Amino acid sequence: MELVLSVAIGVLTASGVWLLFRPRTYQVVIGLSLLSYAVNLFIFGMGRLRLNAPPVLEQGGTGGLLTHTDPIPQALVLTAIVIGFAMTALFLVVLLASRGLTGTDHVDGRE
Amino acid sequence: MRLPPAGSEQSDPANRQAPLPARFRVIASRPGTARLAFPQGLQPCPAVRTIEERPIETTQTLLLSLILAPFLGSLLAISIPSGKGTVAAWLAGAVALFCLAISAGLYPVISGGHVLRYDLAWMPELGLNFTLRMDGFAWMFSSLVTAIGLLVVVYARYYMAASDPVPRFFSLFLAFMGAMLGVVLSGNLILLAVFWELTSIISFLLIGYWYHNAAARDGARMALTVTGTGGLCMFVGLMLIGHVVGSYDLDTVLNSGNVIREHPLYTTILVLILMGALTKSAQFPFHFWLPHAMAAPTPVSAYLHSATLVKAGVFLLIRLWPVMAGTDAWFWIVGLAGLSTLLLGAYFAIFQQDLKGLLAYSTISHLGLITVLLSLGSPLAAVAAIFHTMNHATFKASLFMAAGIIDHETGTRDMRRLSGLFRYMPFTATLAMVASASMAGVPLLNGFLSKEMFFAEAIETHKYNALDTLTPYVATLASMFSVTYSLRFIHSVFFGPPATDLPKSPHEPPHWMRAPIEFLVLACLVVGIVPGYTIGPFLHTAVQSVLGEATPTYSLAVWHGWNLPLFMSLIALVGGVVLFLLMKNYLATSVEGPPLFRRLEGQRIFERVLVTLSWKWARWIEMRVGTRRLQPQMRVLVSVALAAGALPLLLNGFAPADIVLRSIDPILALLWLIGMICAIGAAYQAKFHRLAALVLLGGAGLTTCLTFVWLSAPDLAVTQLLVEIVTTVLILLGLRWLPKRIERHDDHDVMTMPVRLRRVRDFLLAIFCGVGMMLISYTVMTRSLPETISSYFLERAYSEGGGTNVVNVILVDFRGFDTLGEIAVLCIVALTVFALLLRFRPATESLETPQQQQVQNAFDDKHPDRAKGDSIAEYLFVPSVIMRWMFPAIGLFAAFLFFRGHDLPGGGFAAGITMSIAFILQYMSGGTRWVEERLRIHPLRWMSIGLIVATATGLGSWLFGYPFLTSHAQYADLPLIGKMPLASAILFDLGVFSLVLGATVLILIALAHQSLRAPRAQMRAARAAAKESN
Repeated sequence: MELVLSVAIGVLTASGVWLLFRPRTYQVVIGLSLLSYAVNLFIFGMGRLRLNAPPVLEQGGTGGLLTHTDPIPQALVLTAIVIGFAMTALFLVVLLASRGLTGTDHVDGRE
Repeated sequence: MRLPPAGSEQSDPANRQAPLPARFRVIASRPGTARLAFPQGLQPCPAVRTIEERPIETTQTLLLSLILAPFLGSLLAISIPSGKGTVAAWLAGAVALFCLAISAGLYPVISGGHVLRYDLAWMPELGLNFTLRMDGFAWMFSSLVTAIGLLVVVYARYYMAASDPVPRFFSLFLAFMGAMLGVVLSGNLILLAVFWELTSIISFLLIGYWYHNAAARDGARMALTVTGTGGLCMFVGLMLIGHVVGSYDLDTVLNSGNVIREHPLYTTILVLILMGALTKSAQFPFHFWLPHAMAAPTPVSAYLHSATLVKAGVFLLIRLWPVMAGTDAWFWIVGLAGLSTLLLGAYFAIFQQDLKGLLAYSTISHLGLITVLLSLGSPLAAVAAIFHTMNHATFKASLFMAAGIIDHETGTRDMRRLSGLFRYMPFTATLAMVASASMAGVPLLNGFLSKEMFFAEAIETHKYNALDTLTPYVATLASMFSVTYSLRFIHSVFFGPPATDLPKSPHEPPHWMRAPIEFLVLACLVVGIVPGYTIGPFLHTAVQSVLGEATPTYSLAVWHGWNLPLFMSLIALVGGVVLFLLMKNYLATSVEGPPLFRRLEGQRIFERVLVTLSWKWARWIEMRVGTRRLQPQMRVLVSVALAAGALPLLLNGFAPADIVLRSIDPILALLWLIGMICAIGAAYQAKFHRLAALVLLGGAGLTTCLTFVWLSAPDLAVTQLLVEIVTTVLILLGLRWLPKRIERHDDHDVMTMPVRLRRVRDFLLAIFCGVGMMLISYTVMTRSLPETISSYFLERAYSEGGGTNVVNVILVDFRGFDTLGEIAVLCIVALTVFALLLRFRPATESLETPQQQQVQNAFDDKHPDRAKGDSIAEYLFVPSVIMRWMFPAIGLFAAFLFFRGHDLPGGGFAAGITMSIAFILQYMSGGTRWVEERLRIHPLRWMSIGLIVATATGLGSWLFGYPFLTSHAQYADLPLIGKMPLASAILFDLGVFSLVLGATVLILIALAHQSLRAPRAQMRAARAAAKESN
């Protein structure tokens, strides 16, 4: 489980970083999205991987780390996903605006 | 009423044990944070922790409202429409009067040497509290600030032209008054620094009030740069004091004079604090900003340069005088700065041709006088300094106002053009004469009294060195100069032949414009004639609060007999008159500025330095080490991150756990095999096949989503899935505006060697990053979880947050403040996207209708039975019917997600995005126009409602006496729905829902609307082309 996920994180990171270095704005946006998957999974993994232990309590009860998985990384990742969406939207619009203004989709605004 | 005497610490341990609300315990019980938050050696002082439980007394409320009223007034004033200047003036006047009344009313409380305090714990862990503290000295200053403030408001009401944006003026004016009161009344050093910077910023805005005027802009920028730099230095100095003393509390600091003076850091602290005080008070060599600040409207000058802004530096020097003064370093630095300012200011003032310029240099000189007095380190000198601070404020404010009247009624301030105004405005002339006589130090006026005290102190020996010996001579000389420039001010303006070439015909101003001057001049006279009965007791209260037991006996009498100071005054008076008579003819026609120093302008040096620093050097550094190209920047960024991550691993070594192949789940492995292929495919295809890359990206996203399901994170899975949908739609909308890029097969052959090398390097970097992340995550994930704060949340999510879905409870309750910040970010992003797209101009080659639509239209054209546009309308006909009908279903699902969120996976984020998907589907099925004709879609409004609801829920807990965003939870039995959690957090979540919905819809719609604008742009382009061909 851990091995699969860490290899996945590695591959997502490598693909994302590779795209980050590319000259076209669209490539960079896709790269950032891939990178944010990797980072989200990484943060999520910091709470360790557990099966069938969602951090949802019994009605009226309390819980602990023995019976439930760590909720904090999940809370962090939840907002990270939404903020990641906002970031993608912003970059996409910036790239469109830059393309409209400069006539090129190169990251520097000129070939 | 429990009022501690000055310097006592209020320590009341019994009150500290009061039960704290739940949220408070969360913060307190997070391990490590409390300790980490302390700067070294800094513990919160005892006076800080106790106060919140004490009942707030009336006087404390008054003290608080003294600070708050100007800021509230400022907010109100700015909302007054710009035509209604008089309303703003009345408002400002009322606020200033209110503050003055409070200040006056508080006098009995502090008159007996008491200190009035108001404490509000702000960040007690950092020793930072909102502490207001009023003693006699602060009282004196706050009365001065509010009284002269009131007079200036009355004056400004008549001075400001109707065409000026008057409400903005009064709004800034009130804010400045509040900031100045804040400086004066701060009982905490950090708070003082905050208000100090606020005065710098607002004075910048006030000086630059007429921002269409280049001189105003430059003057404002210079004032801000100089005083702001000084303020930063002072901030560091104050922090160092906090470090040395162990508290930022002013009372504690004032009691620790010996500790500070004997500390090895004393000189550093002194220099830093003096940087702040001397720049603010325009002391040599930082004096040059003040004359340039004269580009401000005259009421601003009258206020800032008499009673407030420049006096803030003096205030700080006096405030810290008991703690810092008396050492050799203090004597030399403050003394040198003061003496040179005193002399140079007076000398420069003689040669000014601008009325306000003369007053500006005179202000500089008088501030120098106060600084010299403070440098001496004797209590009597400190008394004289405090006294002169008051006197200077009265006569200088009235003189500035008089100069403003002259400017207002004649249209010029140039003394070479002004002449013989006495016959046109005899009242104003008389008033100005009395005030300048006070400035010159003529007997029976208040300026004379403090100047005599200054002379008396100047001849005393304080330190056996050259500077001390020099002081009386410099003092007499400067005083002589001040007689000369005062005479000049009066003579050149009011006497001589009537002026011929004035822009306006001069006459007396409206009576109420003169009234403030009348009042101030009266004060000069009364204080000058019977000081003991008028200003005496107030001065004594102020002096006592600064000097405490060291308060000397002093006499405010006008007549001290024939003594040396009187002779010095006589020499100065006679010498000044003679000097004026000698120079009269030269000055009547001379150019601006003193003969010897005309070329050595502080302003030029300042600008040279500024240009060198922020232009030449910055450009040089940018050229050498910077690049404007993104790719190298990215490479550096990633390489540094990689190195920073790898270095500790390489240095300390690390051992990943052994790989156990049996533990690999084959299904998860297969899933991720697909996911990884998707990721690599997306990376490979993103250049030439954008749609394919997007689909593959979605594949990786879905795999991530399934992983969340697999590994006990249902909330994440839901959110990830929904966000995935929205992101895909968003990028699809954007694809239309990107240029076509077609892969050519000979691309690989033309690739040059450098390009290849670059690609290999990027590839290797990417691989390193990937391997690094893989190793780190594997190593961490295979170790057991250390003790964290997680169990705290798991244990109390239900008992204190009232929900069973711990993730949601953390988001909306325990860490609600973070969530509030996050939705604010979302809001800002949506608005930015909206704003960027408002100005969006698509590139010309993407203006054409998309190819698919062209084909469809061509089909319609070919078939006579079809109208153009039919095919587009019929496209996806059946799915669009389904999509339309899905709207209520998805809406219901969103509501479901929302209501179960507190107990089961779901919540405001997920519900908001779900609902936005419902809207997007409508757009996709019916088209933009169709939807907007049928649905009221106001994403901006939804966002603002969301933000307001979330904030208001947080504020609501204040009503019940709990900290911001404390949540209350309860279950309610609702008919039909059943038992439902009704935590106040659900309201907060409602805010989140509304904001997320609004933001998402706004982003998507803004992008979708571009296709409506494209035809318009096409038409514009066609028109332009037609025009050109004509």
